[in-house]
Amino acid sequence: MLSRTADNLYWISRYIERAETNARLLEVGARNALMPNIGGGYRNEWDSILQASGTAKAFAEKYGEPVQRNVESHMFFDSDNPSSVATCIERARENGRIVRTALTTQVWDALNTAFQEIREMQRTERSKMPLTDLTDWTTRTTALIRGASLATQLRNDGFDFSNLGHYLERADSTARLLDVKYYVLLPQPGMVGSGLDNYQWSTLLRSMSAHRAFAWAYGGEVTPQKIADFLILNRQSPRSLLTAIEGAELHLNQLARRYGKTTPALSGARSILAELAEAQVSEIFEEGLHEFLTRFIRDIATLGAKVHESYLSGEAR
Amino acid sequence: MNTPVLPEFFNEMFDSGGVRSPYRRLEDWTRDMPAELRSLKQSEAESLFRRIGITFAVYGEGGDPDRLIPFDMFPRVFATDEWRKLERGIKQRARALNAFLTDVYGRGEIVRAGRIPERLVYQNEAFEKAVCGFQPPRGVYSQIVGIDIVRTGPDQFFVLEDNCRTPSGVSYMLENREIMMRMFPQLFQENRIAPVEAYPRILRRTLASVAPLKCTGEPKVVILTPGHFNSAYYEHSFLADMMGVELVEGQDLFVEGDFVWMRTTEGPRKVDVIYRRIDDAFLDPLCFRPDSMLGIPGLMNVYRSGGVNIASAPGAGVADDKAVYCYVPEMVRFYLGEEPLLENVPTWQCGKQDDCKYVLDNLADLVVKEVHGSGGYGMLVGPKATKSEIELFADKIREAPENYIAQPTLALSTCPTFVAEGVAPRHVDLRPYCLVGETVELVPGGLTRVALTDGSLVVNSSQGGGVKDTWVMAD
Repeated sequence: MLSRTADNLYWISRYIERAETNARLLEVGARNALMPNIGGGYRNEWDSILQASGTAKAFAEKYGEPVQRNVESHMFFDSDNPSSVATCIERARENGRIVRTALTTQVWDALNTAFQEIREMQRTERSKMPLTDLTDWTTRTTALIRGASLATQLRNDGFDFSNLGHYLERADSTARLLDVKYYVLLPQPGMVGSGLDNYQWSTLLRSMSAHRAFAWAYGGEVTPQKIADFLILNRQSPRSLLTAIEGAELHLNQLARRYGKTTPALSGARSILAELAEAQVSEIFEEGLHEFLTRFIRDIATLGAKVHESYLSGEAR
Repeated sequence: MNTPVLPEFFNEMFDSGGVRSPYRRLEDWTRDMPAELRSLKQSEAESLFRRIGITFAVYGEGGDPDRLIPFDMFPRVFATDEWRKLERGIKQRARALNAFLTDVYGRGEIVRAGRIPERLVYQNEAFEKAVCGFQPPRGVYSQIVGIDIVRTGPDQFFVLEDNCRTPSGVSYMLENREIMMRMFPQLFQENRIAPVEAYPRILRRTLASVAPLKCTGEPKVVILTPGHFNSAYYEHSFLADMMGVELVEGQDLFVEGDFVWMRTTEGPRKVDVIYRRIDDAFLDPLCFRPDSMLGIPGLMNVYRSGGVNIASAPGAGVADDKAVYCYVPEMVRFYLGEEPLLENVPTWQCGKQDDCKYVLDNLADLVVKEVHGSGGYGMLVGPKATKSEIELFADKIREAPENYIAQPTLALSTCPTFVAEGVAPRHVDLRPYCLVGETVELVPGGLTRVALTDGSLVVNSSQGGGVKDTWVMAD
């Protein structure tokens, strides 16, 4: 298929997944902010959300202090923010319009409807749209688009590129969501393992709609180790880093077989997969969770660049 | 007061004898449709169009790029015998236009015979010196010929203009039909309406039939678009999809060796026929405009050496110029030895001294058009213009007379159309799409454009026109 078409399909999925991540980040922020502000002196919950989304600097320049309403505007509506939900939906739809012929009617319909709806929301008075409505709308809409794609798209190479975008973005997104916890500092070191600490951890699970799944898989107390295991190494978890990388590897492998040609992207995915498959939670905490995640996010970016070179840039020979 | 007396307009549905036969069943249909149902159906149609993504952005107007072109649900209908006559005339004209192009890029017999002024051909802006002496496959220059036709009476059809480059709008012909069939299946059970859905298949066959000599095996056809910001992008992607061919931009193609290649995820793939929807000037920065970002450097060399075919051929525009238009009936006689079946609208060429004088003296009654203009821009509709508009236009004509032609204000036929108050007659025209390759083909239908404003004669979508489904009754 045309490299440019493959690129568009890949980015539709990335933008859709990114929109969902932003909505989930907002949800974490809103829940964290419900906790009484006890000790004081620790970093603002909303700041942690901005840090994790990687847009804290741009936010500070435009809005100054992180107050909820502005964070909502920034992360949901703001077209100046390249990863706001509105920007992501708009770009996904624009990419979809370009490759309209490579999408089924259902997928196009879902994308186009999402775009029309968000434009409508941008015209609606804000007081009529509580944050939960915005985040619910986003998770529902992205699920609809993804569902339409899984249910109706032809299982050809385009499907591989679309899924590749989905899995790479999801790996990045889980890593970033997990990293939020790093930025929400506890008032005192003594509070590690306290009620507040646990509350923050379980909020993270909730934001990924995973707290029940977690309860089934692990039961008992919520501990950082269990959560890290669930979101990084557990194959049953649909958002874990391992699951995401396995998905990416599967589709890269499928492409290599289809085209009868292996690529640096496939070997890149395999080496990340090999590391994760061997990893233990205790080792990750030894390295430092934040350090591990930072390294992982960098590796994913490198893998993305390899996918681009191997297939999407049009330089393939 | 010298308000021109507008002639009686031919109403395609009603004549002195009542309802004309092709429209017979539509009378009950409109009578039985309550106003609420009508507005419900109208909004259903609009949401279908929006969901499918058919939009039409108008050049230079800015605003909403996702603007919908208004769709009128009242179909425009031709009887079988009316259509047969039109079909023969359209095919004849398409053949003559192609013969003319073959001639003027070859020996130029028609010029030597003095049947058309040399200056109109060789000094024409659209005349492409770069392809002189080169014969495209099968001698076809214009594979898709759009011929704009107006009607003034039961048997009076006139050609308003020819489009030999890349006539647009065919996606509306196909989608209007789809939407009508979806909304009013019963109409299609009650009436025998000839289908138009074969168009994409015939287009693909036509394009494959003009593959270059160097092509062996199944020809690889692509559509070349300027990109998704272009107002006709929807149509480009729709046609690519219906034909099952790739939709490419200039950046997706490159020249290497003797061929044109497409950048794919599996490496380069050879391309044989390019149905281009970009202008000549942008095709190849090495040959035409050096600043073009839309084209493919080196494309023209490959074209001239028979490595790829371009549809329509660069230079095809010399045949659809509004000044050359006057000579198309001459072309039919000269190349085909036949009498033209479709008439031209009487046209005054301001480049001729006598004609120019007449035009300037009668501006209030005439329609004046720029020779190279299109889309309803830069034209004067005399009877609708104010005195100062006419004076301004007269100055423009005096400045460069050869840039203008004038035609009488035609009594365009009307077709019943849904308007706020119910059903009312509105003026219509017709653009059928004739396909020329190994064979000459025409699907029974076309795009009917309708001037939605009461009394308006301008049907262009850029000037507030809408579209209708066009029916040809089957035998």
